[in-house]
Amino acid sequence: MTEPASDATSDPAFDPAARDRGGPAQPLLSVTGLVKHFGGRRSWRGETKGAVRAVDGVDFSIAKGETLGVVGESGCGKSTTARLVMQIIAPDAGEIVFDGEALGSRALDLTTYRREVQMVFQDSYASLNPRLTVEDTIAFGPRVHGVGRREATGRAHDLLFKVGLEPARFAGRYPHELSGGQRQRINIARALALQPRLVILDEAVSALDKSVEAQVLNLLLDLKAEFGLTYMFISHDLNVVRFMADRVMVMYLGKVAEVGPSDVILKSPSHPYTAALLASMPSMDPDARTEEAPLFGDPPNPIDPPSGCRFHTRCRFASAICANVEPRLAPVARPHEVACLMAQPGSGHPRAAPLRENAA
Amino acid sequence: MSTPPPAAPLVRARNLTVDFVGGARPVRAVAGVDLSLAAGEVVALLGESGSGKSVTLRALMRLLPEKRARIGGSITVDGRDVAALGRRELARFRGGTVAMIFQEPGLAFDPVYRVGDQIAEAVVRHERVSRKAGRARALELFERVRIPSAETRLDNYPHEMSGGMRQRAMIALALACRPKVLLADEPTTALDATVQIQILLLLRELQREFGLAVIFVTHDIGVATEVADRIAVMYAGRIVERGDCRDVIRAAAHPYTRGLLASRADHVFTRGTRLATIPGAPPDLGALPPGCAFAPRCAQAVPACEAGVPEERPASATHVARCILLRPPAQADAGATAAA
Repeated sequence: MTEPASDATSDPAFDPAARDRGGPAQPLLSVTGLVKHFGGRRSWRGETKGAVRAVDGVDFSIAKGETLGVVGESGCGKSTTARLVMQIIAPDAGEIVFDGEALGSRALDLTTYRREVQMVFQDSYASLNPRLTVEDTIAFGPRVHGVGRREATGRAHDLLFKVGLEPARFAGRYPHELSGGQRQRINIARALALQPRLVILDEAVSALDKSVEAQVLNLLLDLKAEFGLTYMFISHDLNVVRFMADRVMVMYLGKVAEVGPSDVILKSPSHPYTAALLASMPSMDPDARTEEAPLFGDPPNPIDPPSGCRFHTRCRFASAICANVEPRLAPVARPHEVACLMAQPGSGHPRAAPLRENAA
Repeated sequence: MSTPPPAAPLVRARNLTVDFVGGARPVRAVAGVDLSLAAGEVVALLGESGSGKSVTLRALMRLLPEKRARIGGSITVDGRDVAALGRRELARFRGGTVAMIFQEPGLAFDPVYRVGDQIAEAVVRHERVSRKAGRARALELFERVRIPSAETRLDNYPHEMSGGMRQRAMIALALACRPKVLLADEPTTALDATVQIQILLLLRELQREFGLAVIFVTHDIGVATEVADRIAVMYAGRIVERGDCRDVIRAAAHPYTRGLLASRADHVFTRGTRLATIPGAPPDLGALPPGCAFAPRCAQAVPACEAGVPEERPASATHVARCILLRPPAQADAGATAAA
């Protein structure tokens, strides 16, 4: 069973280390100006009205070997961002650079890119073909990418073993014969079948029971270490993100609100929205229950997002300027960037520091 | 709670069992649940999918399909035997004495009627008042659950509301006929974090104001901690541990509860360390093991665990657990009295 796998790794096209081009300092993925609007009608003046502005100008990068956690509420664009990065849907604008090569350039066509980037979805059942056995599901990707049948099957068995499922017992089963946790392990194995370097996990553990969730999170850590993977980990559960992520990106209504090291963001956030998200987590102390909700109302509709700072309608620190000026994502302390006028000296917000002449 | 508990509990289930028949083989979803709830008290039923928490809740309101679900044991709510209620009485009982809120309010409302009319209809049917009075009560409730611009929102169809607002409307509907008991089936699971906490706080406030008895089903320990006076942890159709919220959270006695608490990612402070996990998966409800259902996954299991279903044993002054590793009641401290 190990033989086909070792064959596969000796093939340079399937060895992740041999595919590294830019070296360790080059981000594995860097995304600039990503935009995706859905629907809407174009008026006679050429303006689009009523579009869902799901992702509205998002920039980020993921370093090699790191885990970027992406958090936010429904409608913030985190899943759309994942789908754009995976190229399941085409962006309206924006550039994706993978290990120094722009996607769509001659050096990096879509087929090659899809071998490098794979995705695991939230619904473990809907994302598996009910008519394929577990073995065929995992071997499908490699077969499409030109791997022989026997080798692909051998690799599928090897991966089943790696995700903790006995190949002899599970290879011939169909998705409906598996539990949710087992199905998600299959989805992870399938994502790894092409030996990708970046794996996008879109709420991959959210539908699992807590006791199973912990098992799958441990598995993800093990696989990351073994295959030298880079994760983009999307979740609404801040505890899970704290556990998994090196850096965290907080999104609100299609924009990045805050991004930085996970210890900083989840301990002392600079953006009022991040602080509210943290304070909204149920208390685990029966004697220190939450007494006041940090935010009122639901997140606004991304069809007609508020002007200026998109959070100003729910922000307790909002001042008049917040409705007019859209804050840029700017560093507060080097790797930590915030899109809030309060954090920007001289922005005109009453709580912002005055602009100093000799400020860096 | 401030109200002194009456002599008889408001809700009492004794040795409740639910078997689903009609499939390839019968499935025992609830395998002997004892539950009592006083007026003004909040109990959280905590458990994972398939633990029987939602089925227990539905059995209390007789919402399970009568042909496929065999219900054993007894359920008394407000002094009445739920199994013996006739059709008319049942209709009055549902909504009038006991009301339920669901995980997905979008599915609980009828999509083709205005939300305000649906609430008014319930009031008119139960209290035999005019439509105008029903509508007035709906408006009062909408204001009470803090739906902004309540007057216009009454005329919304369910799809015109956001998730959080629909859940508020659902709560308004549940409270429309002044029930004594509110059953909540994961009412905040489908909501965003910032909305979830608002709904939890609203429920807590309304519970206090109306003196409601609440059974709150959830899989989230944090949510249970926020709302409950007492917690009952369910596993494979049985309550394995129950007692005062503080004790269950701080001094969990059953290995399953302890495992659940330990596997939470917020217990790990250094990244890269592995999470403590409970090995394996919940048992097949069609073939429950003869003894403790958790024994196959339990690190402390001994051969005696498989001998029979463990009795409840005191774990502290205010809580009990079904684990034979706890000292049997006879040998327990004389001072530690078992919780009622």
